[in-house]
Amino acid sequence: MNAPATLAPLLPDPDTLSRPFLAALVGNPNAGKTSLFNALTGSRQKVGNYPGVTVERKSGRLSLPDGRMVELVDLPGTYSLNPRSPDEAVTRDMVMGVQAGERRPDAIVAVVDATNLRNHLRFVLELRRLGLPMVVALNMYDLAERDGTRIDVARLSTILGLPVVPTVAVRRRGLAELAAELAPRLDHAAVPEIAPEADIRLLQREARVIADTVTLQRGQATRWTQRFDAVALHPLAGPLLLGAILFIMFQSVFALAEVPMGWLEAGIAALQVQLAAVMPDTALRSLLSDGVLAGVGAVVVFLPQILILFLFIILLEQSGYMVRAAFIMDRLMAGVGLNGRAFIPLLSSFACAIPGIMATRTIDDPKDRLTTILIAPLMTCSARLPVYTVIIAAFIPATNVGGVGLQGLVMLGLYVFGVLGALVAAWALRRTVTKGPTPTFLIEMPKYQWPVVRDIGIGLWQRAGAFLKRAGGMILGITVVLWVLASYPKPPAGDPTPALQYSAAGRIGSALEPVFAPIGFNREIAIALVPGLAAREVAVAALGTVYSLQGTDEDHAQPLVERLRSSWSLPTALAFLAWYVFAPQCLATLAVVRRETGGWKWPAFMFVYLFVMAYVAAGATYWIARALGG
Amino acid sequence: MRPRYRPVMTTVLTLRRGERATISAIDAVGDEVAARRLHEMGFDDGVDIEVLHRGPVGGDPLAVRVGNMTVALRKTLAARIRVEPLREAAE
Repeated sequence: MNAPATLAPLLPDPDTLSRPFLAALVGNPNAGKTSLFNALTGSRQKVGNYPGVTVERKSGRLSLPDGRMVELVDLPGTYSLNPRSPDEAVTRDMVMGVQAGERRPDAIVAVVDATNLRNHLRFVLELRRLGLPMVVALNMYDLAERDGTRIDVARLSTILGLPVVPTVAVRRRGLAELAAELAPRLDHAAVPEIAPEADIRLLQREARVIADTVTLQRGQATRWTQRFDAVALHPLAGPLLLGAILFIMFQSVFALAEVPMGWLEAGIAALQVQLAAVMPDTALRSLLSDGVLAGVGAVVVFLPQILILFLFIILLEQSGYMVRAAFIMDRLMAGVGLNGRAFIPLLSSFACAIPGIMATRTIDDPKDRLTTILIAPLMTCSARLPVYTVIIAAFIPATNVGGVGLQGLVMLGLYVFGVLGALVAAWALRRTVTKGPTPTFLIEMPKYQWPVVRDIGIGLWQRAGAFLKRAGGMILGITVVLWVLASYPKPPAGDPTPALQYSAAGRIGSALEPVFAPIGFNREIAIALVPGLAAREVAVAALGTVYSLQGTDEDHAQPLVERLRSSWSLPTALAFLAWYVFAPQCLATLAVVRRETGGWKWPAFMFVYLFVMAYVAAGATYWIARALGG
Repeated sequence: MRPRYRPVMTTVLTLRRGERATISAIDAVGDEVAARRLHEMGFDDGVDIEVLHRGPVGGDPLAVRVGNMTVALRKTLAARIRVEPLREAAE
């Protein structure tokens, strides 16, 4: 399927006649490659994975002026064909035609930042050695012009021996010209050869000479990037600005998401009522209503929060600020053996650990990446909020401490507790299981840019889609399994035992009770922890089920908050909160960790270490609270 | 008037904020990969460099301008970049 095309250069493989042409978009990070890809392919994009690896494969269809269609694949940005991360390895293997399950592209579109010709041309020279038909997109041409830089495009094209097209991806300029230059190159039956590794310093010098030759007038680098950096990277103002941005972000996530979340909850409830109206009370209805609808609803309800968080992250990334945040955070991260780049995945993990773990792919050092994956679940994800909210409402008095609500303070404290736990865990992991050389931090700081609406929209759509597909599908399956465990076997008629307690889940919970008794958890909590493994927020629903099924009829109407208040002691409640800061990692997260690390070893390790941390934290909380007379 | 060349070996770490210099060598001793990464980011002898910012704690990491790019890097890596007083650039 991916046999080297070198074998029969003169006779085209009959397969290629029926397949559309494949062109690859290659370039340095920050060359505006994704923007150009979005402009060229619009919404006709497909996001998947390269076979066998977890690197995201983005491709789209581009129609050429002659009516032919080309599949354009957006390869991960890289500075050279000497990869530093799994992402960059894919770029190298694709252009060399050795990526498993992929054929070699028929042509390359090399994307170059017109304002940074001296450095970006080096990569073009490296790519040129591959012998593939190639077109150079001189992107961000408007920024170069605005800076006062003038480039002799015709001369550059002559020197390189490649067509060069000035483009402005964000304004859709130069796109037709680029397609027109690409079209005739696809007909060349190229004789690609695998070039020996290039001497980077020679190429670098050649690139500088070419850049200096074709630059007719050198402009001044954008002034306002430097002016904004004077604040954003200031030793004092920089951290303050980052803190303010994060504060606004979290405020927005919770404040703006409240209303749409209410709609989604109401929608799911309405569907359940609808179902009850049209279906008889059978096991199938229970499966659809309590299993499928409740399970899918539990995921979908967090979509507004996740979308808002993603929106902020995309804005921070596209504007160029995210790298500044990594700069500010790097020293702190270095203290625990991590890297400023880990800040971005960890930030995503506040919405949900799944997209956070997927975002660790940009970290080049494997040990560094693994550590970041292992601590990502310690960031308080939005699924823990319903648990916190219910327990706080039941046990923490709504009083004011120095003008600030105590309940809010406790909530904030749980977030801080999680972050501190993550730092301690990273510190310990880097000295033991993920021991390795200190990761380095070397990153380009791009110019600040206004985010483009089209790029935001496409980014949001793709990330939300990936979340729903990965988390939704898994949670649906797991909730159905749990529904079976919680519903069967049924107690025989006349047996007074509550159905949940009689079921498999109840029995597992009862068996676990002695394990949890030392940390102050009663049997009801032990039972609720079993479904809580599927998705944390399900624990609240499970507690509701346990208590409503257990009680007498008068108790039935009591809301869960009242029930908990009357049946739990304060130390138990606090221990339950401490437990949730650390452990019950959801199964969906573990499944994603398995995918990203390529085996069950690390998810198993993660489960055990988080379990131990949670157990110790909950136990300590319980006994300290008891000693203090709670 | 300043002397054109001083025979002193200094690294980027000795530069004050806003001070410009010319890279004289990239030290590859002990870590070829680190040196290669620096080359990939555009660091090379004969290229001008300027320290723009320093991190909030202990001046680590650094943000430097090299050519038309701004690059952030840790002190341990910056120590590999040897500099000499600014050469007269052929603007």
